[in-house]
Amino acid sequence: MDKIRASLLKKSIASKIERRGKIISLTCLALIILVVFLIFYFVASRGLATFFQNHINFWQFLSGTQWNPGTNGTNGQPAVGALPMIVGSFLITIFSALVATPFAIGTAVFMTEISPRRGAQILRPVTELLVGIPSVVYGFIGLQVVVPFVRNTFGGSGYGILSGTFVLFVMILPTVTSMSADALNAVPRYYREASLALGATRWQTIYKVVLRAAIPGMLTAIVFGMARAFGEALAVQMVIGNATLLPHSLVSPASTLTSILTMGIGNTVMGSLQNNALWSLAMILLLMSLVFNMVIRYIGRKGKLNNER
Amino acid sequence: MADNTNLTTSQRNILKFDPKDHEIALSTEDLHVFYGKTEGISEGDLQFERYKISALIGPSGSGKSTYLRSLNRMNDRIATVKGKIMYRGLDINSNDIDVYEMRRHIGMVFQRPNPFAKSIYENIAFALRQRGMNKKQDLDEIVERSLRQAAMWDQVKDDLNKSALALSGGQQQRLCIARAIAIKPDILLLDEPASALDPVSTSQIEDTLLELKQNYTIIIVTHNMQQASRISDYTAFFNLGKVLEYAETGDIFTNPKVDLTNDYISGNFG
Repeated sequence: MDKIRASLLKKSIASKIERRGKIISLTCLALIILVVFLIFYFVASRGLATFFQNHINFWQFLSGTQWNPGTNGTNGQPAVGALPMIVGSFLITIFSALVATPFAIGTAVFMTEISPRRGAQILRPVTELLVGIPSVVYGFIGLQVVVPFVRNTFGGSGYGILSGTFVLFVMILPTVTSMSADALNAVPRYYREASLALGATRWQTIYKVVLRAAIPGMLTAIVFGMARAFGEALAVQMVIGNATLLPHSLVSPASTLTSILTMGIGNTVMGSLQNNALWSLAMILLLMSLVFNMVIRYIGRKGKLNNER
Repeated sequence: MADNTNLTTSQRNILKFDPKDHEIALSTEDLHVFYGKTEGISEGDLQFERYKISALIGPSGSGKSTYLRSLNRMNDRIATVKGKIMYRGLDINSNDIDVYEMRRHIGMVFQRPNPFAKSIYENIAFALRQRGMNKKQDLDEIVERSLRQAAMWDQVKDDLNKSALALSGGQQQRLCIARAIAIKPDILLLDEPASALDPVSTSQIEDTLLELKQNYTIIIVTHNMQQASRISDYTAFFNLGKVLEYAETGDIFTNPKVDLTNDYISGNFG
C-alpha cells in the first residue's frame, strides 16, 4: 500500500515532460507577442517623433496637401501633408474592392454551387496559383500592359489610380474568391435541401438562402481583400505614377502611403524630419491594418451570433 | 446476418391496391437508384394510398431514406434514379417534369430540423414569397394556418419575429413541418423526423402527423418500429436495397409473411 502512496506523490516523467512542453509553447507565444509589441513601439516612437520632436501639427499632417519634407511649404511650415497619399490609398482600395467583389462572388458561387467538381479541380488550383505570383510580376505586367492600355483608352499618362485599381483587382481577386468560396462551403447542406424541398429553384436557393447565410463570411473576405490592397506596395508603386498630388482624376498620377514609403525610405537620414515623416506614414498604415483587423473580427463575431441558436 | 441476395420474388410479399377501392397518390415502378456504379436500391415497387400514413422501416443502410429522397427527386444531383415514379398519371422521374413545381406538391421534412437562420415568420413565408406571394394579409393568414396545423401556433404566436434557431429541437421540427405544409403540398415525405428528438417532442410530432393525415398523404421513414406501428396504416420493410414486404401495418407487426421481416421486428437483427 505504501508503495502506491509513494508513487502517487512522486512527480512522474510524464508530468515533467508535460511541464516542459507547456513552457516551450508559452515561450514561443510570449516571443511573438513581444515582437508584435516591439514593432508597434518602434513604429509609434518614430512616427510620433514627427509631432513631438519636429512639432508638426497632427491635423496639418493629415489634412495638408503638400508633401516635400525637406523644404517648407507655402505656409512656412515643413511640407508634410499626407492627405494625397491617404486619399490615394483609400481610393485605390475601395475601387479595387468594388471591382473585385462581383467577380469574386460570381466565381465563388460557380465553384461551390454550380459546378463543385470543376471548381475543386480547376478553379481552386488556379486561384491558389494567382495568390502565389510575386507582386513585382503583377506590377511589371501592370507597367507593360495596363498602363499603355489605360493611356490609349482613357488618355493621360496611363499612370494613376485607374491602373492601380486594375492591378490590385487582379491581385486581391483570388484572396476574396477563395475566402468567399470557403464561406459558401460553410453554409450547411441542409439549408440548401430545405429550400429545394420547398420547391425553390436553384437560383432562388443560391440567392435567397445560401448567399444570405454566407454574408458575414463574404464580408470578411472583402475586408480581407481590402486590407491586402491597402498594404500592397510594390505593384502599386510601379503603376500609380507616384506624384504626391491630390488625385483630380482617375488617370492622373497619384500616390499611396505604401508607394511613397518604398520610394523614400532608403533616401533619408535616420532621425531627420524626412525620415520621421515617413515613419508617420507607416504608423498610419499600421493603424489602418489594425482597423481592418478589428472590422474582420467584429463581422465574424456578429455572423456567429446570427447563425447560432 | 441478414442476407436476402438469394431470395426469390416468391419470398417477398408486396401489397398491391385494387384501384377500385383505393385511391393511389403515388407509386413507383421498377425503381433503381445508383450511386456511381453501386446500386443503392433495386426493385422498389410500392403504391401509396391517399390520405394514409405509410411507413418505411428497415435496418440502417437498407435504402429506405434513399428511396424516400428519390420520390421528390432530392437525389437528382447525388445519384442516378431509374424507373418510374407515378404521380397523377405522370412519370415525375422523367426529364420533362418541372422539378421545382413538382416539389411544391411533394414536400419533404428532413431528419435533422433545418430551419433557416431567419425568423419563425420568415421561415414559413420563404417558399410563399418565392412563388410571388407578397401581400402581408395573405402571408399572415397562411403562416397562422400552417402553425396551427403543426400544433405550435399557441406556443409561438407572440414570438413570430424571433429567430427560428432559438426554438427547441422539437419545435424546430414542427416549424419545418409547418413550413412544408404552408405551400399546401399533396404528399408529405418525412425522413426520420423524430429521430433527433426526445420522447415528448416525438409524441407531439406523431400527434401532428395523425392530424395532418386528413389532408395529406404521408410517407415516413422511421427506424423506430413502435412509431411505425403507432401511426402508420401501411408499412414497408426494406432490407439491402429491396422492399421485402409491404402490407397493412397490423399485418406486418402481428403476422409477417416474410421470415426476415419477422426477424427484424422481433429484434433478431437490425
